[in-house]
Amino acid sequence: MNQTTALFYVFSAVLLFAAFRVITARTPVNAALYLVLAFFSAACVWMLLKAEFLAISLVLVYVGAVMVLFLFVVMMLDINTDEMRVGFWRHFPLAAFVGVVIALEMAAVLLGGFNLSEAPPLGAAAIKLGNTKLLGIELYTHYLYPLEIAAVLLLVAIIAAIALTLRTRKDSKFVNPADQVRVKKADRLRIVKVAAGVDPRQAESGGGRP
Amino acid sequence: MTSLGPVTLGHFLSLGAVLFALSVIGIFLNRKNLIVLLMAIELMLLAVNTNFVAFSRYLGQMDGQVFVFFILTVAAAESAIGLAILVVLFRNRSTINVDELDELKG
Repeated sequence: MNQTTALFYVFSAVLLFAAFRVITARTPVNAALYLVLAFFSAACVWMLLKAEFLAISLVLVYVGAVMVLFLFVVMMLDINTDEMRVGFWRHFPLAAFVGVVIALEMAAVLLGGFNLSEAPPLGAAAIKLGNTKLLGIELYTHYLYPLEIAAVLLLVAIIAAIALTLRTRKDSKFVNPADQVRVKKADRLRIVKVAAGVDPRQAESGGGRP
Repeated sequence: MTSLGPVTLGHFLSLGAVLFALSVIGIFLNRKNLIVLLMAIELMLLAVNTNFVAFSRYLGQMDGQVFVFFILTVAAAESAIGLAILVVLFRNRSTINVDELDELKG
């Protein structure tokens, strides 16, 4: 247990340091990289809580996908960070006050109750099946409907993100395939009746060329 | 190392509380920079998720972890859409300074 305690303090210290650097970093790139560190330390803390699947998915989904998205956006935008830093510490007293009040209120609640000193030993099912399988059983039996809603939500998010950022450029030679398939003969081919230059009967009886 | 007691539920909840307070301070400090505001919101969600996982472990129930799963889903969708809005905003206004986004001011 002592090793677990030591690890908990190390991971928490790294997590809080990284979170502090996220909110005070000079450039957004630094903030994003420290946020990666924060997520990774949080995954380690969750690992101590025996939530292996969530810890790994936090690393995969957040560090792997969301933070890369953040970094892409940070590097795509041309942000004047010096202008952003003007008056950075001006609201610090108010911020510190609110933060300390939140921490004190939480401490008032936490010190009174929640003295669960030891985590209960893992149940027989948890030892036999493992965290991932147990979570899967829970998700696909009791929480199947919310899971499907979450899937639809992700689909909506994909469509919304693409629809928001998509722009049609006027100078591109893009041809809409749907329009191309839908085209009819009448759209492309025009039959024109042209009056003949020489009347054929006259040409026959007149014996041709003079 | 022997002086360190076992990790209690209070330890994890305190970690979540301090993390949450830090991100609130971050929202106050970075009120001009929209992208760091989004990062502070991510940190808040992380604090909440840590609380959920801790309760799930100490109460011996899996439901907390299922909730964390859904929160991760919603947070990923939220950050994707938020960043898309940010990109569109920057394309239209050439700034992400919150102070300059006052067109809707009454």
